Amino acid sequence: RRRRLLGLIERSRVVIFSKSYCPHSTRVKELFSSLGAECYVLELDQVDDGAKIQEVLLEITNQKTVPNIFVNKVHVGGCDQTFQAYQSGLLQKLLQEDSAYDYDLIVIGGGSGGLSCAKEAAILGKKVMVLDFVVPSPQGTSWGLGGTCVNVGCIPKKLMHQAALLGQALHDSGKFGWEYNQQVKHNWETMTKAIQNHIRSLNFGYGLSLREKAVAYVNSYGEFVEHHKIKATNKKGQETYYTAAQFVIATGERPRYLGIQGDKEYCITSDDLFSLPYCPGKTLVVGASYVALECAGFLAGFGLDVTVMVRSILLRGFDQEMAEKVGSYMEQHGVKFLWKFIPVMVQQLEKGSPGKLKVLAKSTEGTETIEGVYNTVLLAIGRDSCTRKIGLEKIGVKINEKSGKIPVNDVEQTNVPYVYAVGDILEGKPELTPVAIQSGKLLARRLFGASLEKIYHTLFWPLEWTVAGRENNTCYAKIICNKFDHDRVLGFHILGPNAGEVTQGFAAAMKCGLTKQLLDDTIGIHPTCGEVFTTLEITKSSGLDITQKGC
Amino acid sequence: MAAMAAALRGVGGRFRWWTPAVAGGVRGAAQGAVAGQRDYDLLVIGGGSGGLACAKEAAQLGRKVAVVDYVEPSPRGTRWGLGGTCVNVGCIPKKLMHQAALLGGLIRDAPHYGWEVAQPVPHDWRKMAEAVQNHVKSLNWGHRVQLHDRKVKYFNVKAGFVDEHTVRGVAKGGKEILLSADHIVIATGGRPRYPAHIEGALEYGITSDDIFWLKESPGKTLVVGASYVALECAGFLTGIGLDTTVMMRSIPLRGFDQQMSSLVTEHMASHGTRFLRGCTPSQVRRLPDGQLQVTWEDRTTGKEGTGTFNTVLWAVGRAPDTRSLNLEKAGVDTSPNTQKILVDSREATSVPHIYAIGDVVEGRPELTPTAVMAGRLLAQRLFGGSSDLMDYDKVSSLAGRRLQPGEAESEASSSGVPTTVFTPLEYGCVGLSEEEAVSRHGQERVEVYHAHYKPLEFTVPGRDASQCYVKMVCLREPPQLVLGLHFLGPNAGEVTQGFALGIKCGASYVQVMQTVGIHPTCSEEIVKLRISKRSGLDPTVTGC
Repeated sequence: RRRRLLGLIERSRVVIFSKSYCPHSTRVKELFSSLGAECYVLELDQVDDGAKIQEVLLEITNQKTVPNIFVNKVHVGGCDQTFQAYQSGLLQKLLQEDSAYDYDLIVIGGGSGGLSCAKEAAILGKKVMVLDFVVPSPQGTSWGLGGTCVNVGCIPKKLMHQAALLGQALHDSGKFGWEYNQQVKHNWETMTKAIQNHIRSLNFGYGLSLREKAVAYVNSYGEFVEHHKIKATNKKGQETYYTAAQFVIATGERPRYLGIQGDKEYCITSDDLFSLPYCPGKTLVVGASYVALECAGFLAGFGLDVTVMVRSILLRGFDQEMAEKVGSYMEQHGVKFLWKFIPVMVQQLEKGSPGKLKVLAKSTEGTETIEGVYNTVLLAIGRDSCTRKIGLEKIGVKINEKSGKIPVNDVEQTNVPYVYAVGDILEGKPELTPVAIQSGKLLARRLFGASLEKIYHTLFWPLEWTVAGRENNTCYAKIICNKFDHDRVLGFHILGPNAGEVTQGFAAAMKCGLTKQLLDDTIGIHPTCGEVFTTLEITKSSGLDITQKGC
Repeated sequence: MAAMAAALRGVGGRFRWWTPAVAGGVRGAAQGAVAGQRDYDLLVIGGGSGGLACAKEAAQLGRKVAVVDYVEPSPRGTRWGLGGTCVNVGCIPKKLMHQAALLGGLIRDAPHYGWEVAQPVPHDWRKMAEAVQNHVKSLNWGHRVQLHDRKVKYFNVKAGFVDEHTVRGVAKGGKEILLSADHIVIATGGRPRYPAHIEGALEYGITSDDIFWLKESPGKTLVVGASYVALECAGFLTGIGLDTTVMMRSIPLRGFDQQMSSLVTEHMASHGTRFLRGCTPSQVRRLPDGQLQVTWEDRTTGKEGTGTFNTVLWAVGRAPDTRSLNLEKAGVDTSPNTQKILVDSREATSVPHIYAIGDVVEGRPELTPTAVMAGRLLAQRLFGGSSDLMDYDKVSSLAGRRLQPGEAESEASSSGVPTTVFTPLEYGCVGLSEEEAVSRHGQERVEVYHAHYKPLEFTVPGRDASQCYVKMVCLREPPQLVLGLHFLGPNAGEVTQGFALGIKCGASYVQVMQTVGIHPTCSEEIVKLRISKRSGLDPTVTGC
């Protein structure tokens, strides 16, 4: 049925799903006949499977009501949207156009979201193009295909994190009987080169997989010039124009600058750090986002002198108890924190690799100012959507003027029916997995109210840490249950080694309706860190001691 | 001990030194210590995970409790403290030595990540063993303190029944005491088996009871057996740089998914463990220079082979520790085949006030956490007015397991118990193996999704990831209920735990696919499984 519907939409200039008695449907039919357009009208109240068709339409378009209108394969919407499109001239344009576009789909932005979308469309037999262009950072850093995650995000981040963990592992290994000279130094250049080599292999892999799936890849900057038409500008400034029936915007975000004297000249961001050709030395990290803390964490792990300047709180949006524990763990491991300060000026004292920078900062609470000298200043204060310079205004795609984000409906459609958006630029959608988990939790909180929650928690000591003599009672596990829904698990938190590996399976279990009872009925895999969740007994409200003893 | 017990007897008359008169008749002793006048409300024989949990719970409920625990030295003379197999000669020291071996791999990775460590880095067994043993001793001490805090009396004596309410304890020096109790719990666990028919096996070989307590490096080692204990021990010995050989009669990890099992051994072989397949040892001899010469038969060629080793480790199974308990004096029935104790759903033996929990019981999963839960529930039923039974069905359909050196794998793994085998490349699984799923549901009704992936951490040091593999066995019919999950890669235990819950919640393939991945981790490969075996497509994961 679904295929039949899609076939119908594919073949017909105009399709109107209608009900014979609906006055709105009648208005739309009259509009199209006044435009002289030939319509395929399906009266859902006169066919046997009308209700089923309506279900399928809901799936495809997120709209269940009639009339439901498609013009040239584009879902226009209902009666009101059709008349709006008529008034803006878009409807006439849609009607005029043949399927004489260059492409079925053009994706702007070759990051994780854009590429997967492009490849999937290509597998479904569509003619697809991807435009990807990395505007160099103010420090001149640029990179290849694959977007933030691969080039300047998760991948290099986790590899540097792994390098820092190895420093700890080396430290531990002496206790486990491995014998080597304890004075181990870390070489930034060796590490960075290895990581960049890996990234280049990934860039290459992405290019290859696009070719394999016959997706056209153009290393140019894409910008809408008129409806269904985009201008692509390459590195040399040559301009080419392409048209497509549908577009997906997946341009992602780039790090934000402070807008103070000296920031773009002298500071770096996460766009630059992972390919920095020299060791950053004494570093000031400005910001309290997870990016800031992750970078500060691994830099300190290499033995660098690291200070984090925090305006207000750590890890906004995350569970604040966990955030505080992360902060104090980092503090114990040598990261310094400057609380409630913001930089006001950055000056260069010395050039070099790295050079020397003077940072002037002022208190957020008073008039106090402080000065510090660092080799590197890393800004991690947030990210801005790349939506303001891609010609969205030319075709009338609405963005949130303040955040630059694009509002979409539940099927990722913007206010312009043939333009969709995915990834970090979406308004009100999570930018990363942990936020998705967190937002689920916050939703549950709003729905059920915080007082209905029961929180179980415990401290634990990973077995691997015992022999190595690493500190006890820093690793922490907690779950949040809804008392009035069979103790359904609403939130899951773990602070400890391999947290990602542990969390994934529990996330799947929560999807399947995990309850405290099910956790209790499950026997742990022994000895692992994950097993603490099967033996949680102490509720937070009881105030009992949660330090772990014994096996 | 004698003086203390004598003093106690003087005060309260609670201890009776063993005399022929008491032992004279089973009934006589029982009548001699009538209810209300017995020494204890509860006596627990065996201070392992299950016994301690039961004793502590009963004490918490205000009862007068005693624990007797005695470690019969292994044939090589190894002994240890309170806490049982898991703490002393099982999961705890095993995972710590596994960790030591993993650190060896990380040290080799480190230069690629910019750490300037001169290679190769030698390993010092003594230092590791001492650190591991110190940790275990601290756990022993912790258990003693916990008993003391809860006012549970602890006797380091070897126990045997005199009658159905009385137990005779023999201390190390030969001193004997009699303890009587209203309720008695047997929780003596099991010990590794020796292949007694092989000449020299007992004299020259060691078992998992000894390996973790060796003061000196075992050197060149032959591990006999194909159980996960055998592979785990061989794995960490290889990992810390020892020349290690595994001799197996037939297939590795019987009862586990065989595709996964062969990937496990393939990985070990590629990292230096030698394998002698289809071979059975026939003799162990000590050479004049102290080395051990092992003779074996290659069952495929019929030829005889020999090799010399510093250490021979038997990992050929475990037997319950029931023989010295004089169970017949109390009338407790055991299985004639396995010598394990027979109990009902309330853990009661053939004698209503004598109970048994843990590995010593017939037909129970051999798991630390199961024993702990069973012990606790038993105490609550006896003294807390509870009627909750241990639900072994639930456990066996979804239980974690502990290292049970030499346990017959087939029992635990084919029942769908989630397991992690801590071989150098860890293997975590829950639910059915592919073979089992096919035999239960038929080839046509089973869909297997799989992927060869590369852990991100492996890329920079250029580690080989040919054996990093994940597969999910599902019913083919929508919504494709998940029957089994198999994961081979780093941190498999941590990865598997949560998915075990998911499967317990009745996860379908569709639901797992709807779960958002945590990026970049290895476990996200599970929620990204798109390629079915049936499709014949290349399951190698590329890109991000």
